[in-house]
Amino acid sequence: MPILEIEGRKYEVDEDGFLQDPNIWNEQVAQDLAKTEGIEQMTEDHWKVVNYLRNYYLQYGIAPMIRKLCKETGFSLNQIYQLFPSGPAKGACKVAGLPKPTGCV
Amino acid sequence: MADEKISTPLLDELEKGPWPSFVREIKSAAQTSPMARDLLGQLELSYEEKVGHWKHGGIVGVRGYGGGVIGRYSDVPEKFPNVAHFHTLRVNQPAGWFYTSQALRTLCDIWERHGSGLTNMHGSTGDIIFLGTKTDELEPTFSELTQAGFDLGGSGSDMRTPSACVGPARCEWACYDTLKLCYDITMEYQDELHRPAFPYKFKIKCAGCPNDCVASIARADLSIIGIWKDDIQQDDEAVAEYVANGLDIQADVVERCPTRCMQWDGKKLTINNRDCVRCMHCINVMPKALRPGKERGAVLLLGAKAPIIQGAILSSVLIPFVPEEELFDTVKELLSRVWEFWDEYGMNRERVGELIQRVGMANFLDAIGLDPVPEMVSHPRDNPYVFYKVDEEQSEQ
Repeated sequence: MPILEIEGRKYEVDEDGFLQDPNIWNEQVAQDLAKTEGIEQMTEDHWKVVNYLRNYYLQYGIAPMIRKLCKETGFSLNQIYQLFPSGPAKGACKVAGLPKPTGCV
Repeated sequence: MADEKISTPLLDELEKGPWPSFVREIKSAAQTSPMARDLLGQLELSYEEKVGHWKHGGIVGVRGYGGGVIGRYSDVPEKFPNVAHFHTLRVNQPAGWFYTSQALRTLCDIWERHGSGLTNMHGSTGDIIFLGTKTDELEPTFSELTQAGFDLGGSGSDMRTPSACVGPARCEWACYDTLKLCYDITMEYQDELHRPAFPYKFKIKCAGCPNDCVASIARADLSIIGIWKDDIQQDDEAVAEYVANGLDIQADVVERCPTRCMQWDGKKLTINNRDCVRCMHCINVMPKALRPGKERGAVLLLGAKAPIIQGAILSSVLIPFVPEEELFDTVKELLSRVWEFWDEYGMNRERVGELIQRVGMANFLDAIGLDPVPEMVSHPRDNPYVFYKVDEEQSEQ
């Protein structure tokens, strides 16, 4: 398995850069993963999306559908792409430490 | 290792016979492309072990887009390092698949620089398919493609790349300009095409006449099929010429009409146009004598899909006739209503046709604000579950 290393911190990730073990996620991990997605600094808006995804995942065990994500966070899909350039599935879910989505989000 | 000729006895079987062979094509590419060489090796291994060696589900893409790239990884990368990554790109094809040879060369050059050089022209979605590249090559490929005037197509739960038959560019039967409509739809719905937000995929195909050369009725969630409203145009002299040249008009035309709406008395062909279901058979047999009517437009059908969980569904009529000049606006209005309902009530990975089956046509029509019309019935007495409301009954009495 590939190892992602940022400033000495090492994470086991899959070939698409998703965390292998979602349980090791914390805010530091999120900031490190964000760098791999071209996000230099996590803003309040980034956290709003990430925290929503994280909480939804902890509650239901899956990622929400995109329409629900937009509705609940109040961001349009285009705004989410501005925050996470590779989109909600590849970008936001990765930063939120979710396992790789298989079609939802 | 790299220069060795790989032995592929099982794949070689697929080169036998008179038809084209994808193995032959990959072998030809393997002379210059290490990726194609490892692809052959991995494929031979799959045939030996009767197991696919592509991992399930990768998520890769380009910045700003959620679709257009299908991630693929080998599960035996140590044996075939050149296909450890083998992502597919879908490139939006021009409407009707018209290219200059210059454009084709540009595409192939881009792909030889950044990928395996292997393409599908075209995939069943209609897109130009670029087979096999590494994650690092995605952004450079995309940037060269956009500079050459091309864009990625759809994939995942988005509006898939719309496609159209050659239409009026080459075909006298086209009842509307399929190429223009396809282009207009593509440009109007760039967000829906590139940023997946639907419960599942949504396909739109534009066919110029009921011959349906893009098979829209079987494959597209929204099938837009050209049709005429008035009578078939008939040239009696040309009919007589067909007969003089040996056409058995009774057996090959009249008796093959699905609704038996034609009669041949030995001299004159009579068509009862009220019973014609626009199957195109007679027109196909006698293209010089018969042609579609003059009042042309399209019928909008909804709901086709291939079998995945449940069986295949063909699209069924939603709007029986739209004149050509109102077509784009009608499509936009219809899509906005259908998508709103499907977005709200569709389950994850439920196609719109399945949603209609689940909630019932009557409820669906109610939700999108369309009245039931007789043209929606494909088999009489097949589905009696559209109930009249009490106030309608009373007002009719």
